[in-house]
Formats: sequence, C-alpha cells, structure tokens
Amino acid sequence: MAEKVAPPSPREITTKPRVSDRVFRGTVTGVGMLSLLILTLIGLFLALRGFQTFKSEGFHFLTGYKWESVTSDSGQVTNTFGVGAMLIGTILIASVALVVGVPLSVLCALFLSFYVPDRLKKLLVSVVDLMAAFPSILYGLWGYFVLMPMAEYWAKLLYKYLRWIPIFDAPQPFFERSPFIAGLVLAIMIIPIVTSVSREIFAQTPLDRVQAAYALGATRWAMIKTVVLPFGSSGVVGGAMLGLGRAFGETVAVFTVLNVVFKANFHILYGAGGNVASMIILKWGEAVGDETKALLAAGFVLFVLTLLINLAANSIVKRTLKSGK
Amino acid sequence: MTLPINNDDGDNMSVEAAPSKSSLGDVASERAKAKMPGNAPLGSGLEARGIHAWFGKHHALSDVSLDFAAGTVTALIGPSGCGKSTFIRTLNRMHEFIPSAAMAGEVLLDGKDVYAKGTDVTKIRLQIGMVFQKPNPFPSMTIGENVLSGLKLAQLKVSDRENLMQECLERAGLWAEVKDRLGAHAGGLSGGQQQRLCIARALAVKPKVLLMDEPCSALDPGSTLRIEDTIGQLAQTMTIIIVTHNMQQAARVSDYTAFFLSDGGPGSMIEVGPTNEIFSRPRDQRTENYVSGRFG
Repeated sequence: MAEKVAPPSPREITTKPRVSDRVFRGTVTGVGMLSLLILTLIGLFLALRGFQTFKSEGFHFLTGYKWESVTSDSGQVTNTFGVGAMLIGTILIASVALVVGVPLSVLCALFLSFYVPDRLKKLLVSVVDLMAAFPSILYGLWGYFVLMPMAEYWAKLLYKYLRWIPIFDAPQPFFERSPFIAGLVLAIMIIPIVTSVSREIFAQTPLDRVQAAYALGATRWAMIKTVVLPFGSSGVVGGAMLGLGRAFGETVAVFTVLNVVFKANFHILYGAGGNVASMIILKWGEAVGDETKALLAAGFVLFVLTLLINLAANSIVKRTLKSGK
Repeated sequence: MTLPINNDDGDNMSVEAAPSKSSLGDVASERAKAKMPGNAPLGSGLEARGIHAWFGKHHALSDVSLDFAAGTVTALIGPSGCGKSTFIRTLNRMHEFIPSAAMAGEVLLDGKDVYAKGTDVTKIRLQIGMVFQKPNPFPSMTIGENVLSGLKLAQLKVSDRENLMQECLERAGLWAEVKDRLGAHAGGLSGGQQQRLCIARALAVKPKVLLMDEPCSALDPGSTLRIEDTIGQLAQTMTIIIVTHNMQQAARVSDYTAFFLSDGGPGSMIEVGPTNEIFSRPRDQRTENYVSGRFG
C-alpha cells in the first residue's frame, strides 16, 4: 500500500545580501587581498629589474665573490657582480644568531610556561612581545656601544682557546665589528619570535602525558625533558626558522654593528663580513646603472630566501599545532 | 588497621549492625598477612584523615577519613561528582596541580604525613603510583622505554633493566602480547594494552600503593576483565585503591568498598566496609539505594 514517492531534489538555498553587506564584503575582500597583491608585485618588480643581471652573470651571481664596476680609460664598463661572499656572511651571521638565540628562547619559553609565578607571567610575556616591536636601529646602537666591548672579550677567549676550529680562527687578531658580534645582536632580536612560538607549542602539551610523568615521580625538569620537549621539538624548529627568516633579512642592526667588507670571510670572529641586506644598503647610495639592477637582483635573492624559509617555518608550526604529536 | 570508619552521620549507622572497629581491623590485617606469604615489606598501608578538598571557592570534598590496609584492594564507588576522583588525587598529591585547588587533612603513608613540610613530593609519588582513566603512554617512546620511563623520570638506577621490564609486563599481564615487539612504539597498541602498559609503567618504580582512577572506563569488556585479573594478582604485593563507576567491578575486585555521595553540597563518604557487606547488607539507606541501582 505504501506507494513509493520519489524524494524531492534538494532545494538551492540562497540569500540576497543587502547592498550595505555587499559593499562591506567587497571592501574587506579587497583589502585582504591587497597584502598578497603587494607581496607579488614586489617579487615581480625585483625579478624584472634584476633579470638583466641574472642573464649576464648567470649562476655566477650567486657564487661569485666580486662586486665590481670598473670603467676603463676608453670608457668601457666591465661589471662583475656576485653576492656569494655576502650569502656566506648572511649564513654565518644567521647561524651565530640561531646557535645563541634559540637555546635562550627555549629556556625563556620554558620559564614562561612552567616556572613563572602567575602575577609576573602577563608582564613578562608582554615585555618579550614588546622586544619584537623595537626598531632595529636601537638594537644596532646598543650592540655597537654596549655589547661590542664585552663581545670582543668573549671573541678573544674563543680565539685563544678554540682557534684550532677553523671558524674560530682569524687571519689577524682584529675582533671589532665581526660577524660574531652581529650574530649576537641578531640572537637577541630573534628571541621574541622564537620564544612566543615555542611557548604556544609548549602550552599544547597534552595534560594526560604531563600528569603521567608527574605521577611517576618526575621532577618538573624531568617532566619537561621527557614530555614537553619531545612534544614541542618540531614547533621549536619552526620557531627557529621564523627567527632565521628575520636574521636573514635584518639590515639596519647588522649594518650598524658589522664592518661590511666584500670578501668571503669564513672566520666569524674576524672583523669583516657582510650580509646581503647590509650590502644593498651600503651600495645603494652610490649605485648607478647596471649596479642598481644588480642590487635589485640581490634583493630578489633575499626575497626568495626569506619567503621560502618563512613558508617552511609556518607549515612546520601549523602541522605541529594540528597533529598534537 | 581500623576499618570501617564512618566519616559522619552517626544517626545513619546503627551501632549494633556495625562490627566493632577492632574486630574488622583484625580481619583486615589477617587478610593482609594471608596475602603475603613471603612477608613482603608492604609497610603499614595508607591512611587518610579528615580530607577536605576545594577548587577555588567550591568545596568539593568534605571530611573523608579512610584507612587502606597493606595488601588490600579498596574500591571507591559513587555517582559522578561525588568527589571520589578528587579524593584519590589528594592521596598522591596530584590534586595540587590544578590551579586554585586546596586541601585540608592528613594523608599518612607508613605513619608519615605526605603533606608534611619539607616532604619531597616526587618521592611520595614514587611510593604511591597512579593509573589514569584514559591510557596515557608516552607516544614518543617504545613499549620497553615506556615501562622503564618512571626510572628515567625519577633518575633511579636499576641493575637489570631487561628483567625488570619483563617482570613488570608480566605482572601487568601484557608480556605475552608484546614480548616480540618491545621496540615498537606504544601508540600501536590497543586501548586495553595501552592501559596495561601504563600499569606496568607504574609498577616499575615499585610503589607500595597503586591508585587507579576508573582504569577500565575507556575499555571494552574483554580488556576490562584482563585488567581485573591483573588487579587481583597485584593485590598480593601492594595496596590498591580503585575508583570505579562499575559496581560489578567493585564487587569482583575489591576487599573493601567505600561509598561516596554528594547531596548537592561537597561530596563525602557515606559508608565503608567489607565489599560483600556493602553489597549485601549496607547500613545506610543511601548506599542501599545506590548499590541496588535505584539511582546513580
């Protein structure tokens, strides 16, 4: 008796937004897409302007150590542009910053997550966040006038006792304005970002594992070592890479502290070096013609480098937060 | 041993019906002796005196006094929110991890107050182990490492790790299932196996007392049965306190049962006694109502 009735097809559900809503939606969409647009345009601009340099220098642009524009008597201009030396400097300085800054940040994050009294916590968290907002020239000046005299002494110690390790050696005992000191300044500058990412990850540590450790008679440190650090390690790596992104791109602080010299220098204690960003700012004032294009090409290298590192860092951090592993 | 202690409500407890404290105490200690043929050093058990617990302003547990004789299994039963989990967490000082949590009273382990000033709380938790409601092995460690994780956490040295690992897994009833894959990660075990792994992990630091907070509530009936077997085996060498929602389980595994109830206010202990008495002829009407399934 039950006659089969074909079920109706689902209705299409729509709303007609009011004009005001549509206007607002258009505005926020536009502004929201603006950042993507600007980023793309900057990348395109750098790539197009630098294209000629990439074409004439080829791969040598990345590996060459020379940055010269020589005009001969006959008015013939010979250009040799290579950012190799500066890339080495960039990596050296950023490495010093990470080696010093990441452990400090992790300890800072552990303190803020597990040890700080509640009353102090808010204050300290906002102070650390504030550190990120300081203009980098202030770090540069402070590094130059306050940190450098001390760091020079540490550099001498390292040189005296560890110079058998090649990177701690120096062609001459000249330790002022070295990549080592620039790295120390950068280490302090990356503390806020690495700390806040680490803190966020540590806060996600599953409570049942924390309790399991405590119930087994763990001290707080033993619990952190066994539960929190294994859980948070990949997040710390992500935070460190965000820090690396900042360290690669930092210009003014490095420029203030460092003695920028166009030579490949593998000795972090020796007072000569440079990074791509500080090179650009140094050469910009006097550059004309092809050199300007070459500087923009160097800018493109920096752009790609920073973009890649930040993308990788973001995906690591996000994956860690999501998987909870 | 002094069992039972009725925490309050003298009016609900007819004096004639209740066995005298000393006679039951004798029974309890005889049972305890009978259970340890080798006279294993079980200590003198655990004693809670006048335990109150608060979460902020909320008074969660009021005036619970309970003795746990060495080598016995005590089940804590009662409806949700009656404070039984809060109570066992005061026993190994896990209660204090909750911000704003407070307690009053004393917990005596071998006669010494675990809350006494200057007590090393990590040593207390080594002697009073705990198994949680949800199995919580360390996922980054292998099965074998999980068993011995307590030693690492408490920085204890042990001469024969392999033997200890095997012994703990055997006592937890898991050895046969995992002996060929001790190097595998613990995450690959079933829920019931993970819970037995957690028991093995708790055993490795040789606690005198084992607290179990609804250890089977997340498990299937088969796994539950295996864990109950395990509890029976363990009770020969240690004192066990188990919180359970499952009255049949309490009846199956425990020597003594304590009934907790909250009548809107803070939870308190209504009655404690030998398990068969609590289930066959409870003294308090509320216990009767609960164990006969009229509420809860």
